[in-house]
Amino acid sequence: MAQTKAAKSDTILFAAPQSLEDVPLHYCPGCGHGIVHRLIAEVVDKLGIADRTVCVASVGCSAINYLYFKFDGLESSHGRAPASASGIKRCRPDLIPFTYQGDGDLAAIGTAEIVHACARGENITVFFINNAIYGMTGGQMAPTTLVGMHSTSTPGGRNPALAGYPIKVCEMLSTLEGPAYIARVSIYNPAQVRRAKQAIELAFRTQLAGLGLALVEVLSPCPVGWGVEPVQAMDWLVEHMLPQYPLGEYKVTEAVQALKEVKGHA
Amino acid sequence: MSQRRHTAYITIDSERCKGCGLCIFFCPQKVIGQAERFNQKGYTPATVIEEKAGECTGCTACALMCPDIAIGVYRHAKVAP
Amino acid sequence: MAKRVLMSGNIAAAEGAILAGCHAFFGYPITPQNDLLEHMSRRLPPLGRIFVQTESELSAINMVLGASAAGFRAMTSTSGPGFSLQQEGISYMAGMELPAVIVDVMRAGPGLGSIGGAQGDYFQATKGGGHGDYRVLTLAPASAQEMMDLTMLAFELADKYRNPVVVLADGFLGQAMEPVAMREPVAELPGKPWAITGARGRPKNVLNSLELEPADLEPRMQALVQKFEMMRQNEVRYESLDLDDASMAIVAYGSASRSAMTAVHMARQEGLRVGLLRPISLFPFPYQALSDLAQRVDDFLVAELSFGQLVEDVRWAVGPNHRVELVNRLAGVRLSAEEILEAIRKMAR
Repeated sequence: MAQTKAAKSDTILFAAPQSLEDVPLHYCPGCGHGIVHRLIAEVVDKLGIADRTVCVASVGCSAINYLYFKFDGLESSHGRAPASASGIKRCRPDLIPFTYQGDGDLAAIGTAEIVHACARGENITVFFINNAIYGMTGGQMAPTTLVGMHSTSTPGGRNPALAGYPIKVCEMLSTLEGPAYIARVSIYNPAQVRRAKQAIELAFRTQLAGLGLALVEVLSPCPVGWGVEPVQAMDWLVEHMLPQYPLGEYKVTEAVQALKEVKGHA
Repeated sequence: MSQRRHTAYITIDSERCKGCGLCIFFCPQKVIGQAERFNQKGYTPATVIEEKAGECTGCTACALMCPDIAIGVYRHAKVAP
Repeated sequence: MAKRVLMSGNIAAAEGAILAGCHAFFGYPITPQNDLLEHMSRRLPPLGRIFVQTESELSAINMVLGASAAGFRAMTSTSGPGFSLQQEGISYMAGMELPAVIVDVMRAGPGLGSIGGAQGDYFQATKGGGHGDYRVLTLAPASAQEMMDLTMLAFELADKYRNPVVVLADGFLGQAMEPVAMREPVAELPGKPWAITGARGRPKNVLNSLELEPADLEPRMQALVQKFEMMRQNEVRYESLDLDDASMAIVAYGSASRSAMTAVHMARQEGLRVGLLRPISLFPFPYQALSDLAQRVDDFLVAELSFGQLVEDVRWAVGPNHRVELVNRLAGVRLSAEEILEAIRKMAR
């Protein structure tokens, strides 16, 4: 018979991480934010850094994500999270601030802040959630919206003649010398979720080792913004986003590579 | 039909669940289905299909894909005879 | 007696910040405040403190926000166009109740205007220059000494009220070299249990301005309003000169008040009964002092380096039954004592 509650004597194979508050998330059904929040909390638990971690939120759907973590949190204005996280880290090198930014936040209004945080090699961690659309404001074109993709502000599909081309953040930022680790992952199936977690862990370990800025871009579904069912959104992501935004590591400095090998990091 | 009895099972917090169906899709054993009833938020939550419950292998795919952290995965302390 | 050192107003502000325990400076070059930033780049790192030249004033104010959230005294300095960009971060810090010090060494505007000293940022600094309902304490120095002293006071008030404080200087004050009596460094800084320091042995701290439910935000905003009212009650500062027997009062702040002071002396030699009221806090504005003064003074002459911003507050303070005239120069042109004297003579006729 199906169980609704676990027996105390049973072995836990999977449970919510300690660093997550026991409150329901406000995101739409099938949204990827919840998965990424959980992965961050799992890594923070694994590394035992909850009492030093600071979530610097951004503006967009995840603007109140500090409510979901048990560690300290800071709001930031649209696009400026890398600056505020840098302000924290410069003053308190023992704290572990990470920013959590969407594509509108990081790749449109906040391009100056992320480019220069990278250029300075600020010792912060950046999680960049790319779902190719402005979710919070109702599905308008994002800097990462694909050519031809429909949004509420590109009614005929994104036309490059009018609205330009999508920005490839990892490719662009990996040309800079400052960042230590840049990777693009996704969460469209369980194997990818596991890989995403490994990248998130390496990004935190990069900061813990003082090696410089680490950025993990996560290709994430926005079923409501895309106008598809949650399961189909994963297929849509694979079919449309992967060709434009190939997964992989875009920058791994020697020091980060050594870090990977030390602990047999996959 | 001889049902193979596995030792794992999942719990679903039906009030956290928003019925997105990702767990249903990614469960390799097809143990999970959608409830017919609504939860308090008005979603039809995921639920373990009674007759398939014994086939859960504890692979955690459902929990990995759950955006609402509504699923727990456990292994029984003792295998039922 | 304290050691006196010859320095520019900008350097005096920087040294005042260092004395006040400013741990971090984030800034972007803009004339006429550059020497403040340059001075900090030399002074802070050897003290084990933080200096970052940022990619923009936006980034600077948001680094200040982060440093302040972490519990540190932090500042930026800028001028008009940069001050405009920083209104966003100042609004956020007011909403999040974060202390910060912003030195605005005003230049002429609108737009790029000119790099000459001016006072056109008065409205922006005193009325809440960014979005939403808020105010910032605004202090107006009139000498290099006050650049130091009021910057130190700004840090104290910022922490006291958990609110940004603007030191509203101008290009003339920033550049002028004057002897400054050095102050003692601030020995003890206030504790900040609200700061983001890591949730160790305490529940998590969250610093934000956002409340999704209007009914949740309103009490927070009402608490802010009460705080601004406390500032109005406790933090009015001004200086009076020769007002005891005056029939005419000049109102001026910052470098315009320096010319006005000279004009008062010149007018007194001509037998004109003129005095000066110099607001030192622009928010809170000394409305009560002016309204009291209006009981015995007929005419008011406002001297400012803008098209008539301060004059609106003076008119509001003294009411409709008094003559309030404006003498001003724009665009970075200096307002001389002679011009003010001429306006006094004209008004006294």
